[in-house]
Amino acid sequence: MKNFLMTFCVVIFLAGCGSTVPLGDVPVTDATPKAVSVLGADANSAGAKGNGVTPVDLGAGSTSAIAPSEPRVVFFDYDSYVIKPEFQSVIAAHARFIKAQLVRKVAIEGHTDETGGREYNLALGQKRADAVRDALAILGVPQSQMESVSFGKEKPAVAGNDEAAFSKNRRAEIRYQ
Amino acid sequence: MFALFTQTSFAQFRIEVTGVGLTQIPVTVAPFRGQDTLNQKISEIVLADLERSGQFRSVKTPVGAFDEAIKPDLSALRQVGADALASGSIIKLADGRFDVRFRLWDVVKGQDLGGQSFMVASSDLRLAAHRVADYIYEKLTGDKGIFSTRIAYVTKAAQRYQLWVADADGENSQSALASPEPIISPAWSPDGNQLAYVSFESRKPVVYVHNVSSGKRRLIANFKGSNSAPAWSPDGKTLAVTLSRDGGSQLFLLNASGGEPRRLIQSSSIDTEPVFSPDGQSIYFVSDRGGSPQIYRVLINGQGVERVTFTGNYNISPAMSSDGRWMAYISRVGGAFKLHVMELAGGGSKAITETSADESPSFSPNGKLLVYATQQQGREALMTSTLDGKVKARLNGQTGDIREPDWGPFYK
Repeated sequence: MKNFLMTFCVVIFLAGCGSTVPLGDVPVTDATPKAVSVLGADANSAGAKGNGVTPVDLGAGSTSAIAPSEPRVVFFDYDSYVIKPEFQSVIAAHARFIKAQLVRKVAIEGHTDETGGREYNLALGQKRADAVRDALAILGVPQSQMESVSFGKEKPAVAGNDEAAFSKNRRAEIRYQ
Repeated sequence: MFALFTQTSFAQFRIEVTGVGLTQIPVTVAPFRGQDTLNQKISEIVLADLERSGQFRSVKTPVGAFDEAIKPDLSALRQVGADALASGSIIKLADGRFDVRFRLWDVVKGQDLGGQSFMVASSDLRLAAHRVADYIYEKLTGDKGIFSTRIAYVTKAAQRYQLWVADADGENSQSALASPEPIISPAWSPDGNQLAYVSFESRKPVVYVHNVSSGKRRLIANFKGSNSAPAWSPDGKTLAVTLSRDGGSQLFLLNASGGEPRRLIQSSSIDTEPVFSPDGQSIYFVSDRGGSPQIYRVLINGQGVERVTFTGNYNISPAMSSDGRWMAYISRVGGAFKLHVMELAGGGSKAITETSADESPSFSPNGKLLVYATQQQGREALMTSTLDGKVKARLNGQTGDIREPDWGPFYK
């Protein structure tokens, strides 16, 4: 009982303590369109080898779509990717417009309401975007001019968590680039 | 049938304990000598870590003098019901660093369980405290502690998205990326140096691999259509991703160094949210091939697709424990999205939360805790939970909406 052994006292030097992260420019190897700069004073407060994190700031958003004269949003029913008859005329008008301008590129952006998982909603939004792309293709728009992408539930058109908001968020937007 | 409900308040966060039949080790961590004058109270951080694990119960330290060099009064400790005591000290060194020392005692057996000493900068005092907690956890449970690991998460505030790297208790967060466009699905590389994630900064989802200490980013998947759901193989050499470039959302494998994607499986359904099994031999994923989203498993060569979930009509976001024994996932039950844990060998599964908008589960590297996103009082929150759901803690973090947690590997 009394034979306490003041045995070992392991000395561990935590890696990277006391060193600082340089606050110079951060190298970026991709074609990010905006300037990359370093933010915040946190960067020099932690060890570089251990848990240092160098922040990257992509700046403020500046993307804006060119406003078309036609309505450019197709709405969908709950859990559906079927283009409703009332949107056929919208799609036909865009098909004529795109075919008249062979250099024009068009993005079709699919969206969902906020219920469910982020990645699964990304796949659901992709199905809506693909449905509109395929409808445009049937009307003769070349695939090379179109790209269908999804934002899932990340960019709701309307805030709120009721069906009134959800029905406005289940959509595909046609955006000219 | 009754349920215990207790709350312990700490500066760091609130821990909720529900349910009966918990076997928790009663432990006391004496205030470290010299911590009074510091902002970081080492003993409180250590205790909060241990309590959050669900395997320890805090016992009030009896009156007395404690540090790593003083043999404690064991009878007083037995009287307050403590099975173990950690005591230590902090000394500020001439160069501005701190010497943190501690010793652990088994009160029941009257044994010295050893100790450690750390020389740290003031910014690493929290890390030192997490290391103390890791030592205590491993000595008393036999499992490796996860308190000095890191988690990544995403916040959204005023149309600004930020990817953060924080301690496993949510504190000490550092910004890795700020963007005006959404960031989702961060995934730590197995070496803990890089994060793969989906960024919408180019007005479509593309996958980046980001070295968190240098800030250097590589665009790893930017094909026509959507690029999403990155998952690392256990050896860190391969990423599984979801691409729509050849039509539909389909699974592909990519070398982590980049290059041409190889198709994993081909289907006419949605296939997404891949995650590698710990042995790297199979991939769990979500598919609606049966009419509703369910979790499936496929061998790494694309053969032998098997369905894994059979209950409910919406099962998504699989996560695997490092021992391959458990799968966590989100299941819709009566309109609520609830975190479930399934024992893969037995097939039994159960919901472990009382919330209704759970998302993005991720296991701690020792497989004993989960971190996940949910909503509380209409605000997004990050929680940790034991696998049985009995001990939960809400992590502090940045203000604003907080989501998409991913638990990093053991500290190297």
